[in-house]
Formats: sequence, structure tokens, C-alpha cells
Amino acid sequence: MKADPKGVMTGAHFLDGDHACCEGALSAGCRFVAGYPITPSTEVVERIAARFPMVGGIFIQMEDEIASSIAIQGAVWAGAKAMTVTSGPGFSLMMEHIGLAVMLETPCVFVNVQRGGPSTGLPTLPGQADMMQARWGSHGDYEIIALCPNSPQECYDLTIKAFNLAETYRVPVMLMMDECVGHMTEKVVIPDAGEIDIVERRFTTAKRGEYLPYETYGDWVPPMVKSGDGHYFHMTGLTHDERGYPVMNAEAQEKCVHRIVNKIKENADDIILLREADTEDADVVVVSYGITSRVALKAISMAQAEGIKVGHLRLITAWPFPETRIRQLADQGKALVMPELNYGQMYLELQRVVEGRTRSHLVPHGGGTVHDPEVIFRKIKEAVQ
Amino acid sequence: MSESKKSNGPRGKVTINSELCKGCGFCIEFCPADVLDFSNTFNAKGYHPPRAARPENCTGCDLCGIYCPDFAIFGVLIKAVA
Amino acid sequence: MEPTNPVVDYLRMDRIPHIWCPGCGLGTVVNCFVRAIHSCGIERDLISVVSGIGCTGRMAGYLRLDSFHTTHGRPIPFATGLKLANPKLKVIVCSGDGDLFSIGGNHFIHAARRNTDMTVICVNNFTYGMTGGQVTPTTPIEAVASTTPYGNSEEPFNLPHLAESAGAVYVARWTTFHVRQAIKAMKEAVQKSGFSFVEIISPCPTLYGRRNKLGDGLEMMRAFKEKSKVKNGADTREVGLDFKGDIICGKFINRERTTFLERYNTRMAARLGAAYKPYEGVL
Ligand SMILES: Cc1ncc(C[n+]2csc(CCOP(=O)(O)OP(=O)(O)O)c2C)c(N)n1
Ligand code: SF4
Ligand code: SF4
Ligand code: SF4
Ligand SMILES: [Mg+2]
Repeated sequence: MKADPKGVMTGAHFLDGDHACCEGALSAGCRFVAGYPITPSTEVVERIAARFPMVGGIFIQMEDEIASSIAIQGAVWAGAKAMTVTSGPGFSLMMEHIGLAVMLETPCVFVNVQRGGPSTGLPTLPGQADMMQARWGSHGDYEIIALCPNSPQECYDLTIKAFNLAETYRVPVMLMMDECVGHMTEKVVIPDAGEIDIVERRFTTAKRGEYLPYETYGDWVPPMVKSGDGHYFHMTGLTHDERGYPVMNAEAQEKCVHRIVNKIKENADDIILLREADTEDADVVVVSYGITSRVALKAISMAQAEGIKVGHLRLITAWPFPETRIRQLADQGKALVMPELNYGQMYLELQRVVEGRTRSHLVPHGGGTVHDPEVIFRKIKEAVQ
Repeated sequence: MSESKKSNGPRGKVTINSELCKGCGFCIEFCPADVLDFSNTFNAKGYHPPRAARPENCTGCDLCGIYCPDFAIFGVLIKAVA
Repeated sequence: MEPTNPVVDYLRMDRIPHIWCPGCGLGTVVNCFVRAIHSCGIERDLISVVSGIGCTGRMAGYLRLDSFHTTHGRPIPFATGLKLANPKLKVIVCSGDGDLFSIGGNHFIHAARRNTDMTVICVNNFTYGMTGGQVTPTTPIEAVASTTPYGNSEEPFNLPHLAESAGAVYVARWTTFHVRQAIKAMKEAVQKSGFSFVEIISPCPTLYGRRNKLGDGLEMMRAFKEKSKVKNGADTREVGLDFKGDIICGKFINRERTTFLERYNTRMAARLGAAYKPYEGVL
């Protein structure tokens, strides 16, 4: 179905990434946001607070991020599309509820405008060091989806995408922005509502008394329900059976975890979004995401100017990790160079995937600013030798 | 049992699901009409469930039902049963 | 026709027997709750029960209503989301003293401050039952817990006073001995518009009673009967609890305050004028 025109600010605008993310949420049909102020994400909720009353949505500034990250789930179970927005310290506080969303299979969106860490770190400066936390931060075994925009336009587009993926797979989706992308202002084109594809929630058609919250009917993803519909359903963060009832044994655990993990893994090809340039006959491929992918372009053109055959693979989807494509590139003998604003997080995945197939090089950075393209360029040169 | 009570009959009826009982004694203690006693028998879980020792006194007030933490007993007005 | 237990229609009977110990007051609280719900006049389909984690936290799972067993301490913010997304729902939080007032204490005071329209029922057994009887913010001074083996030395919360101070519009306390009064209080609380709070003192014979030589569930119930003094309208500053002391029960607070959503809609309308359509839910 198409977007509700009420939330869609059709036209070309100059927006920063944070504001674009807010507009993306509005276009996606999000009408409930709970959040707690934190730099550099606050502008998202400030705009939400101003925009929502006019479109029938509600924003609440909760007492903390723990509350925000579960209030959105209450809202989802009442039928809303909902998100919360934060940065590093707040993201840390949300971890238990990412697990809850995974376990209840609550479709919802977590936005993290990454800054420098650990701890309070660099509130106003960029980082990309929450990538592993997004993947593994909550306890237990699970899969989530994480998207990495590299421009305000993508902050808009990928926020819509995040909501759509959340509904399709009933999974929390992380929009992993960074301070640069969040605060840079560029042209953002918002299409007509009729051109925006929206994945509607798939509600059960079961008769009263016959609904089983976790019966998938052979599919990976069970249909949803909302409170007030007379199904008297039960949700628990405990390991549960089809009825949603707690079952405390290894068999039920296996069934629960197996599906939570595999509904994403088995659909990875449909989920993963990549951008590629010049990879075909490249000797070296730079793999990057978020703001770093824009810095990498500069390094790539420097290398190409020297006649080096270098291509670019941009991860729009960081999780699930695009291992099939990266393995293909590795098997073609291309060396891989990965710059990121951390000391090697997504790189660990890359290394795991290409181990024994090709050479890979990390270009680490502690955050606080972006890479000097020169440094990436030097690594590319090193990689061709 | 007095003649007059017999002719009027009990006002309430208490029903006991012995297998759910965990023998806490709340119902026996707080029945305002002193209808209940512990039975001598054990249920499958090894508890002594209550028995209606003086059913003719039952008023059907359902206090036993409200107190019982295990949903093992309740009272109803005979009128309601009929 | 054989009579049936009136509570059965509201229970997930396929999950009974429950996990609670013999003589635990939680089943009694469920009985009171069901009777309150049954008689409160609110359409059953619109009732949502939210629990946190703990022995009390299992309450939601036994009720045949829309029910959510969430995370430890967080049923109130979950309930806030439910209620704000669909204000037609009657949202009731049932959880333990540790859940609501230790880990979840911040959420409690903020929901009361905002006067979010919800009912919070706290089963206060003075302990962390589920994890083996540790001290909680309601454990009386002197009482022994697994983490206060020499007796508790911390001042406990006086829950009705805390609720009143934070802004609750309805505040009552009863024990599991006072079943009729508890039913009435829960019923009034759910019928009340705004943040209402009912504290139910309940026996945990297994981990609190035994350790403090208070006897089994029945002996604890007898003590509730003997020690309780009904003082409706009492000054909540005066209703704090001591180890083995009197238990002041009653309806303490019943007042009117504009709810979160009423105030929100008034404010938006005042600033945004005719362009603003009063918020009545996302759907
Ligand atoms: C974040 C977190 N910390 C700790 C626990 C362990 N835990 C489970 S229940 C509980 C205490 C429950 O106490 P209370 O709320 O009083 O409920 P009761 O069992 O007494 O009814 C604790 C500490 C948990 N589940 N989650
Ligand atoms: S109250 Fe219930 S569990 Fe306790 S003794 Fe009576 S029937 Fe048994
Ligand atoms: S219904 Fe009332 S009088 Fe009858 S057994 Fe139960 S508590 Fe006693
Ligand atoms: S441990 Fe205490 S609170 Fe928990 S079920 Fe047993 S008696 Fe009840
Ligand atoms: Mg407790």
C-alpha cells in the first residue's frame, strides 16, 4: 500500500539527516515516538514533537531511554507504528528492550545517531563504534536488521525502509546514523505519498478464541494482533510456545531461537541492500558504510587517478552482514580495504567471511572526525602490492 | 442439625476441586459459617483438601472462593444453582 | 447444571495449576482482581493487563485478557505506550514491590506525575519472591532477607505516601485478608480516570514469612487480620509500615486531576487552534 498523504511533506527540501529521519518516520506511517534527549539525535524528536500533533501522532518524552524503548513496544501492541531515537549512552540503556522486541517479535525502529564513545565520549562528534552493540548488545542469541544511511536523503529513505522491514519480519530494525550524517544539510526529495511503498501490518484473521500468537502457518513470521481486538492474547519475554505461553525447556528454546534467528538469515538476500561501483575489474575493493563511505569515495578517486583499479562496495545494510557478496569478491582475488570510525567492528565480520580467501585491511579510526582520505588512499596502495 | 434449618435447607452450596488444593487452610479459617474442615484424605499433590463438614450452614457467600489462592473451591447461592 | 467457579472464565485454565507456593497470597489477589474487573462495567475486550517480572509478574499470564509479561521494572512505561497509542484501552499494571519500586521506581513516579490514565496494583510481599527473598524497598527495618541476613537497616518506602506525593488520584491499601475491600478498591481504581494505585499486602510464606518466623500463609493472614486498622482518609504520612507493627488500611486518596491526555489536548488546541484535532489514538 501507499503512504498516508497526511504525513508526507512532498517536495524538495534542505534538511539535515536528523530532520530527514523524522520525515521518513512520518511518511512511513509512524505515529508514536518515545524518546529522551541526547546529542546528536535530539533534533529528530524535536521535529517529531512539532510535527506529530498536526498529523494525529503522539510524541512523549519519557523519563529515560529504558522507558522509551519499551513504551514504543506498548504502542505497537496497541496497533501503532513506533520508534525511539537515541545515541550511544541511551542506546546502551535500551539493550534489554531490543531483546524484548526480538522475543515478542515487536516490529519497531531504533534510531542511533552515533557519536564518539565509550561512555559519554564525544557527544557532538561522530563515531561508528556502536555497530557491534547494535548486533549483539542484548543478551541471548538473535538477529536484527541494521541500516546505515550516508546522506540526509538516505536518512529519509532508509527510515521508511526500516519501518517496512520491521513489519515484514517482525523484528526491531536499527537505523545506524552518525553525527555527520545527522547534522549535515543537503537536498532531500520527498515524493508524492502515492509513490511511497508502505508495508502494512499483517493482522491475524483468526476467529475469537482461535488466535495463536506464534503460529506461523509454515511461514517464518506469524501474523500480528493488537490489544482491544478480543483475542485475549498473551505476550511474554520468557521462552514461549505458539500460544505465547512460557515453556521452560530446551526444546521450546530451540524452536524459539531457531525461528528468531532464521527468519532473518533465510531472508538475508531479500533484506540486504548494497551499492557497488567499479568492482567488476577492481584489484582492490573498499568496503564502507555511513559517513565513511563518502570519505572513501575521495580516497578511491585519488587511487584511480594513479591508475589503481579500485572499486567500492557500500553496505547500506550492515546487519545481516552481506557475506555472500563479500565472499564472491574475495574469491575473485580482490583485496579488501575497510575504513570505519572504530577500531574494527564490521571489519571483524569481513575478516571472518574472507579468511583464507583474500587479503583484507582495516583502516581504523577512533572517531571524533572522519578519516583523512589520504590514510585510506595509502591503505589502498598497500593493498595492491 | 436443627429441625428449622433442615426445613429451610442450606442457602448456599460449596464446590471443592480437591486436586487443585494446596492445603493452605484459608477457606477453612475464613468461612464465616464454619462449613469447612480439613479432610483426612490426601490429594495427588499430597495436600489435605477441605471438606464440607457442615454443608447445611453454607450461605453461598463465596468468601472461600475469593480467598482460595488455587481456585480450588467456591460457593454459590442455591437459588443461582436452581 | 454443575455450578462453575466464577473466576474460571477470566483465567487461562490451560495454565492452571499456577506456579505459586501453597499459602501464597497471589492467587487471592487474582480472585479479587477478577471480581473487580467483572463488576467494573468496562468492556472486557478493552482491558489490558501488564506485569513486570517476579512472582507477581506472573499474574498477567494467568489472566484471560490481553496480557503482557514484560521486563523487570518496566510494566509502567510499556503500559504508557499501550494507553497513549489507544486511549480507549483500560490499562492495568499488576506487579511486585521490587519491580515497581526498586528497579521501576522512576517510572512509577513519572507516570503518577503525568497522571497517565492507568491503574497500578502493587502486590507488596516485602521481598523479591522470585529470586529467593532478597531485601526490597518495602522490607521493614529489622526484617531478615537473604541479602540482609542480620536484619534490614534501610528505611523502606511508604507506598501510599509516595503515590500521593507523586500525584496519584486514587490511593488505597488493603491486605489479602480484606478481600471484599480489596475488590472494591480495585474496582474503584479502574473506574477512576487518571493514575490510580492500590497496594495489596500479601503473604510470601516461603521466603519472607519463614525467614522472619511469621509462620505459614495462614498465620500471616491471621496477623494481617489482627494487625490491620482501617482508617479511610488517613494522612498517608502516617501509614508507613513497621516490622510486625500495625497495618493501616483504607482508601486514603480519591481526588481529581486533569489526566495526561486531557491536558495535552487542551494545550495543543490552545496553541494550534482549529488546525488541531484532539488526539484520540493513532488508529
Ligand atoms: C533487569 C533484571 N534484573 C534482575 C532480575 C531478576 N529478578 C527477577 S524477579 C526479581 C524481583 C521480583 O520482586 P518483586 O517485584 O517484589 O516480585 P515478587 O517475586 O516478590 O512477587 C528480580 C530481581 C531480572 N529479571 N531482570
Ligand atoms: S483455600 Fe484453596 S488451596 Fe487453601 S485449603 Fe482451601 S481449597 Fe485448599
Ligand atoms: S460459600 Fe461462604 S459459607 Fe459457604 S463454604 Fe464458602 S465461605 Fe463458607
Ligand atoms: S516465593 Fe513467595 S511470592 Fe513467590 S510464589 Fe512463593 S510464596 Fe508466593
Ligand atoms: Mg515482592
